[in-house]
Amino acid sequence: MSDLILVANKLVKTYTQRSGKFGFGTTFVKALDNVSITLRTGTTLAVVGESGSGKSTLARCLLQLQPLDSGEVLFAGQDLAKMQASALRAIRKNLQMVFQDPFASLNPRMRIGEIVGEGLLIHGLGSMTEQQQKVIAMLKRVGLTEADMQKYPHEFSGGQRQRIGIARALVLQPKVVVCDEPVSALDVSIQAQILLLLKELQQEMALSYIFISHDLRVVRHIADDIVVLYQGKVVEQGKVAGIYERPQHEYTQNLLAAIPGKEYNLGKKVVNA
Amino acid sequence: MTTDLQMDQPDKVTPLLQLSHVSISAKKMPSRLLVNDVSFTIDSGKTTCVVGESGSGKSLTALSVMGLLSKQLQLNSGKVLFNDANLGVQDLTVLSEASLQKLRGAKIAMIFQEPMTSLNPVLTVGYQIGESLTTHLGLKGSALKTRIANLLEMVGIPPGRANSYPDELSGGQRQRVMIAMSIACEPSLLIADEPTTALDVTVQAQILKLLDDLKTRMNMGMLFITHDFGVVADIADHVVVMFRGEIVESGTKAQVLSNPRHPYTQALLACVPDAEGKKALKPIDYAWLPENKARQQKLEVTV
Repeated sequence: MSDLILVANKLVKTYTQRSGKFGFGTTFVKALDNVSITLRTGTTLAVVGESGSGKSTLARCLLQLQPLDSGEVLFAGQDLAKMQASALRAIRKNLQMVFQDPFASLNPRMRIGEIVGEGLLIHGLGSMTEQQQKVIAMLKRVGLTEADMQKYPHEFSGGQRQRIGIARALVLQPKVVVCDEPVSALDVSIQAQILLLLKELQQEMALSYIFISHDLRVVRHIADDIVVLYQGKVVEQGKVAGIYERPQHEYTQNLLAAIPGKEYNLGKKVVNA
Repeated sequence: MTTDLQMDQPDKVTPLLQLSHVSISAKKMPSRLLVNDVSFTIDSGKTTCVVGESGSGKSLTALSVMGLLSKQLQLNSGKVLFNDANLGVQDLTVLSEASLQKLRGAKIAMIFQEPMTSLNPVLTVGYQIGESLTTHLGLKGSALKTRIANLLEMVGIPPGRANSYPDELSGGQRQRVMIAMSIACEPSLLIADEPTTALDVTVQAQILKLLDDLKTRMNMGMLFITHDFGVVADIADHVVVMFRGEIVESGTKAQVLSNPRHPYTQALLACVPDAEGKKALKPIDYAWLPENKARQQKLEVTV
């Protein structure tokens, strides 16, 4: 059990939707239908599926950003779903999230120093100068500079903003990071930089990732294990290599068949710089 | 009007669209070119993909074809020669706004990236598809209805959906509606600006196939803008690679993808993750690839 850092058992989450004439009726949409996943320490678990498959709901429910209908989320032997709000707040520094849209997820009226340092302030980690130093070190680690602390989010490009989002999540030295489509809004060239940065940081800081994506090419590069969600249900899970080579479920086969540009072995030639 | 989708065969020798030495800059800063000396051609029934990162000028190039550059921008130089079956070759950059209006939607159509924002939420999709048919072809009444139903069927949406509003459709269906709108008047040139970027992979594959089928069926020339080399591999005949406003390499799909000559193309291809996971990702080292170096090399490699 010790090598499993996060275990989710039989998660159920239902949304109600108004329907029928004038919206007087209600229908129930099962966003998560008995979803169970396990995250091994120091590895990356990819959650793939199309829009509406429940992958973002899963991310939010794992971190208790949304209440579950039923099921348990075990982190360090404790069930997060049953925890009191104050205890949850204390444990949250171990569970961080990197969001999809680097344009929407940073407060435009806060300086970068404040955004990245806010978590340290809330959790009261270290004195003011220690916090300052941690923020500077983290910004430098993700490829930004000390001077950037005084700037506002609009002064940065999409790739740089995603670096800020990563610094914000990692400055607390979390154990588990949930990345919700962290590179899908970025150009391929920037995407490659961010993926490599995430990989390096995983090794340095012994992080475990839950990586949510709809791009199977990206997943192949970053993930160790994979969970395929379809209409709120887990249809297939296992090691990445196995699933790519021998997909069992029809939906996984469709997803793999839809990867663009397969007949060309793209980028076979590498720059000899 | 007939609902038959036969296109007049344009002249074989003259390309459908020829951009020659197009340069674009901001009006306030004419010395700094956002698009610098861009030339390429598109043939009927073929797809030319323009690939590049954000800010490489690929969307500006497409907008300049339509004469839709924003008021802050100007065309510094260059010609956009469009070969029309009836009117012959015209330079779109010197046409009056009124003549351009007649071409837009009728002969040259465009599909945008965001199907959510480019449809009007308070009008039915049938009405929006019908607009250009009424404007350009004067279709009305039952003839219009039949044509709208036909178009919806062509793009794989049940014709009964003509009375739906955009919010009642999924993202993929909305993009299909956009495609139906754009092909309504049987244009000879279709410009698609990242039409599948906002879509799921499975839906993306369907839309790419649909565009490719329509292109062949209607013998359209297609200018396809994307940053995804996977998409390029699926849909392109010709590939144009842009970097900081300039074309660094162009050629057939096989040439550019299998045997890229320019270091920037090679570097960009090395960023694309492969589905086998065998390749190590390699981000572009921009310091190693300075602007002037790219410019020097350009002369050697562009055909």
